[in-house]
Amino acid sequence: MSIASLEKPTADKQDYLWTLNFGPQHPATHTTLRIVLKLDGERVIDAMPDIGYLHSGFEKLGEHLDYNQYVTITDRMNYISPVANGVAWHGAVEKLLGIEITNRCKYIRVIVAELARISDHLLSTGAMGLDTGAFTFFLYAFYQREVIYDIFETLSGQRFHPSYTRVGGLSQDFTPLVIEKIRTFLKTFPATLDDMDRLLNRNRIYVDRTKGVGILTKEEATNWSATGPVARASGVTRDLRKDEPYLAYADFDFNVCCMKAGDCFARYYVRLAEMRESLKIITQAIENLPAGPINVGVDERKTLPNKKQVYSTIEGTITHFELVMLNRGFTVPNEEVYSAIESPNGELGFYVAGDGSDVPYRARCRPPSYIHFSLFPKLIRGHTLSDVVAVLGSLNIIAAELDR
Amino acid sequence: MPATTETIAAMESRFGKEKVTTFRDQTRVVVPRDELLPTMRMLKEARSFDLLVEVTCVDYLKFRDATDRFGLVYCLANTTTNERLTVRVMLNEPDLKVESMCALWNGANWLEREVYDMFGIEFVGHPDLRRILMPEEFTSFPLRKDYPMQGRGERHNFPVLTRNQA
Repeated sequence: MSIASLEKPTADKQDYLWTLNFGPQHPATHTTLRIVLKLDGERVIDAMPDIGYLHSGFEKLGEHLDYNQYVTITDRMNYISPVANGVAWHGAVEKLLGIEITNRCKYIRVIVAELARISDHLLSTGAMGLDTGAFTFFLYAFYQREVIYDIFETLSGQRFHPSYTRVGGLSQDFTPLVIEKIRTFLKTFPATLDDMDRLLNRNRIYVDRTKGVGILTKEEATNWSATGPVARASGVTRDLRKDEPYLAYADFDFNVCCMKAGDCFARYYVRLAEMRESLKIITQAIENLPAGPINVGVDERKTLPNKKQVYSTIEGTITHFELVMLNRGFTVPNEEVYSAIESPNGELGFYVAGDGSDVPYRARCRPPSYIHFSLFPKLIRGHTLSDVVAVLGSLNIIAAELDR
Repeated sequence: MPATTETIAAMESRFGKEKVTTFRDQTRVVVPRDELLPTMRMLKEARSFDLLVEVTCVDYLKFRDATDRFGLVYCLANTTTNERLTVRVMLNEPDLKVESMCALWNGANWLEREVYDMFGIEFVGHPDLRRILMPEEFTSFPLRKDYPMQGRGERHNFPVLTRNQA
């Protein structure tokens, strides 16, 4: 039973209130977030988020970098699951250009996006455990994140910002070593997930600190535009992978994980359950990985050819040259599209406007963290100061995506 | 998922066929500013578009053949049928005012604040229209096309705070 339901104090009835600056440099905000809290003793009467500390102008940069270069910026947008952002961005660009990517590329993108989802959920649940006092859980989660980083390093040469996708394809194909590493991960990770389940799901301290805290109802979740695990923990069954299947998601058998409670525990639990579903998807995708090229054909002149083609065929050389030269690459229509994927945090959409040149006219990102953070004052009102970290952790706020 | 034929027909009968376009399975409708709020209310209540996915803006200053300066974009979704619709409003200087959607969807609150912060479009009836990403002292609107990528030196114009003042 949480304190919130016992009595609901309002700001105007209190004549003695503390103002507390929570952040921007607080260990439990993890990044530069600032919340000005109005406190009555330990009780939070009101919270005013003050954001923008990490505003670096990603959308303005998008208007000055070409369609392939911008993937290095989207990587830094949500640096917890960078590959998923790249998949979203290039999905939007391909929709604008009308490119149909190859089957193998679709499967590989599904695999890397699901690995990104697991790594994001590991960080999110792990950090939430850490903030509420479960340090061991955090270590379990972070060990497995390291394994995923290792897979990404073998895949693209970069651990943290792989920049793996390209217009119409990918930067590199899967090597046998990558497939072997993913298979090993698929074998070893379920044991860790079981351990993580046992560590926290019935842990009395953790359950007491998260159950009944920060309740969001189903109607509120939809009305406040919440998506992803935050909405699904409140009983919204929306999941773009099922509802509007993109890439190859229609081929796989998996469940959408939902809970009804809508509290911090439900949000944590939905994330844990989603990791098992992601494992199911990766297993099916890696076993049925189609053969064939990862990029659309050289003759389309839309995607960079691989090095072998560049050095040994004239078409490859010309295509590479044309695409790398400024003002020579593919032409985009004078049109605008919105394309979204189910990123680990929720619906991550890109609104791209093309104007015929090689840079997007407008590259807008629909950031899930930004929309979820606007829920924060509503979720925390009436709870205690120690619940702030639990609610923050359960919303999984990434400041780089929040402030853009 | 594209909009259903009933939605398209409802929009076409209201605003005329040429205002409703489809590109890559996406239906867009351009709505006059005065009819935005009634249209959105109708879409939410009669056609149950219960999720406001996105509010954003495009500055058409340097866009080829563009006649209007700003295009406000509202992306709507119906969570039961997964139908999507993009509603657009064109705005021109100096009258950059449009009615706020906060009364219909609470999610519009921060999204509209961001558009105000980045483009300077005023949302009438918004409960708390302040800058959100940029500091309060900032005077220009960074995502407009006439604002240079490297800024205009606003950082240097801010007063320097010393330890004694802080």
